[in-house]
Amino acid sequence: MSKVSTEAPVKKSGAQSHEVRSEDVTPLQVLSPEGEVVNPERMPKLSDDQLKEIMYRMVFTRTWDDRAINLGRQGRLGFYAPVSGQEATMVGSEYALVKEDFICPGYRDMPQLVWHGLPLYQAFLYSRGHQHGGQIPEGVNVLMPQIIIGAQILHATGIAMGFKLKGEKRVAITYTGDGGSSEGDFYEGMNFAGSFKLPVIYFVQNNGYAITTPFAKQTAAQSIAHKALAAGIRGQQIDGMDVLAVISAVQEAAEIGRNGGGATLIEALTYRFRPHSMADDTTKYRTKEEEQEWSLRDPLVRFGKFLEKKGLWSEEDTNRVKEEAKNAVNEQIKKAEQTEKMTVAGLIDSMFETTPPHLEEQKADFQ
Amino acid sequence: MAQMNMKEAIRDAMRVELKRDPNVILFGEDVGKVGGVFRATEGLQGEFGETRVFDTPLAESAIGGLAVGLGTQGFRPIAEIQFVGFIYEALDQMFVQAARMRYRSGGRYNAPIVFRTPFGGGVKAAELHTDSLEGLAIQTPGIKVVIPSNPYDAKGLLISAIRDNDPVFFMEHLNLYHAFRDEVPEDDYTVPIGKAKVVREGKDVTIITYGLMVHTSVKAADELEKNGISAEVIDLRTLMPLDIDTIVASIQKTNRAIVVQEAQKTSGAAAEVIAQINEKAILHLEAPVLRVAGPDTVYPFAQVEDAWLPSVARIVKSVNQVLQF
Repeated sequence: MSKVSTEAPVKKSGAQSHEVRSEDVTPLQVLSPEGEVVNPERMPKLSDDQLKEIMYRMVFTRTWDDRAINLGRQGRLGFYAPVSGQEATMVGSEYALVKEDFICPGYRDMPQLVWHGLPLYQAFLYSRGHQHGGQIPEGVNVLMPQIIIGAQILHATGIAMGFKLKGEKRVAITYTGDGGSSEGDFYEGMNFAGSFKLPVIYFVQNNGYAITTPFAKQTAAQSIAHKALAAGIRGQQIDGMDVLAVISAVQEAAEIGRNGGGATLIEALTYRFRPHSMADDTTKYRTKEEEQEWSLRDPLVRFGKFLEKKGLWSEEDTNRVKEEAKNAVNEQIKKAEQTEKMTVAGLIDSMFETTPPHLEEQKADFQ
Repeated sequence: MAQMNMKEAIRDAMRVELKRDPNVILFGEDVGKVGGVFRATEGLQGEFGETRVFDTPLAESAIGGLAVGLGTQGFRPIAEIQFVGFIYEALDQMFVQAARMRYRSGGRYNAPIVFRTPFGGGVKAAELHTDSLEGLAIQTPGIKVVIPSNPYDAKGLLISAIRDNDPVFFMEHLNLYHAFRDEVPEDDYTVPIGKAKVVREGKDVTIITYGLMVHTSVKAADELEKNGISAEVIDLRTLMPLDIDTIVASIQKTNRAIVVQEAQKTSGAAAEVIAQINEKAILHLEAPVLRVAGPDTVYPFAQVEDAWLPSVARIVKSVNQVLQF
């Protein structure tokens, strides 16, 4: 019989058991806050028209966010999670995908859905609490925004497994925030993807706060990107205020996924300039200094400077897009408001493929 | 026709469907190579390969979420949760994500998933292996709940569940897996979801029940017969949606009823059955409808299980109470 050792095995290298594992991470950056290319090797291959399109989408999204907040105050929109500050992560990560790729969003991630093909008026209907908001058009590869933080991470994992089983070269991407990285489903999803080597991208938009709770209270881990280690998948931290870094990282992760290389966790460092939701008061937990510091990294300013230097963008362009966005929002909110009202009978009929007798009976009370 | 026990009939249903429909896939903890902790999936990986029948890491929420994701992509997942008590880990995916998928998306997506799980007492299992948690499911809009009591129904109901385009929670009683054999057709057939079955005809009292308690109730009916009391026994087979028509038709004949369930008195399906009887058949009742159920404690330690579970004696006593009311 072998003797059971009471001594810890001696390790020749690596972290010792009493040490907290830590390695420095440097976020991937392509553009400096002044709009200078600091990492030409990671510069995504984009034509001038594509670069302008990206700026167009970011300005449009910022304007839509401003308008949505006003529409919310007027009672014309319901639940709304502001996005200003996160345009680079949202617009950039979607732009890096192709139409066939599938998006499993959290509740803040409406811009990705809209740029992937969900009509804007349906986004407004979702906000207003109308079922048609979730009736994703055929061929638009997205799920509805997920309210249960973490659930979407597992859906993306299952969808990616579907792609793998069918031999399709597609990837699924799913989004959560820094708070979401504390959920069990966050770990379970990444771990399954590691185990089955699935084509999926876990994109964490770390904006420093989960409602009022700062990132430091979520975890003692040095970064969220480190958490990939526990699942045996690739992990990367990026500057989430740099749209070109976002595109570069997502394109790389998607390419690896499509070619059988498995999953990637991307942690994007970003900031939301606005409150968590319309019911939130940031003055209770954030300082003006902090907000000012982050405003210097505004993704629109940074990318705008880059484009201006290339002669591809001007203030007039920004104003033109703002005007276009305002008009689009006005038109789409009207369309949302004119959508046929829902009925209880309609809800009942949408529960199952075939409405069972007890529900047929209950329907009679509402007709 | 072949002689099969309920476990074999369940396995046969999955084999039939895996063969018939390439979108059917089966996964869970230890369901692949060894064929499940009860061998309910034995041989299926060998026959259909690892892309159709596979083991997963040990995480119930992710098993549920995998099923939901796959369901949106045209697959028809059969997801096994190893024991009933572990569904708590997967409740969000089963009862929120799967159950609401059709509704939330206005029909754009659906969740054609069967969540299979063993449950049920009398086998001296460890903690949280045998609890009757069907009551949680029947209170969750959007998911159907099926509990077979014999091999023939198990196969036909499971085939129906797999073909259903909405999620089904399919609960398999541990004490019935190997209890007895029945004639079961080897080819494909279905037993409709939402239809109860009169398993023993009678005229004096109706015993409404499901799962293992069908057999306990039939034994009680045999006892009652000795005293000249004719009890009709209804096996609900599906708890959601409930087949109230079969129940009402029986009560119109017998005018008296009890509901027997293994679950605790204030969980399970009994209260809902009685409420619907009150709504639809009160003028046919000569006595209140009584419940025979487990007491409202946590599921018993193995050593006291037999005393805790509803018995023939308690069913006979309850029938006598409604007859003498």
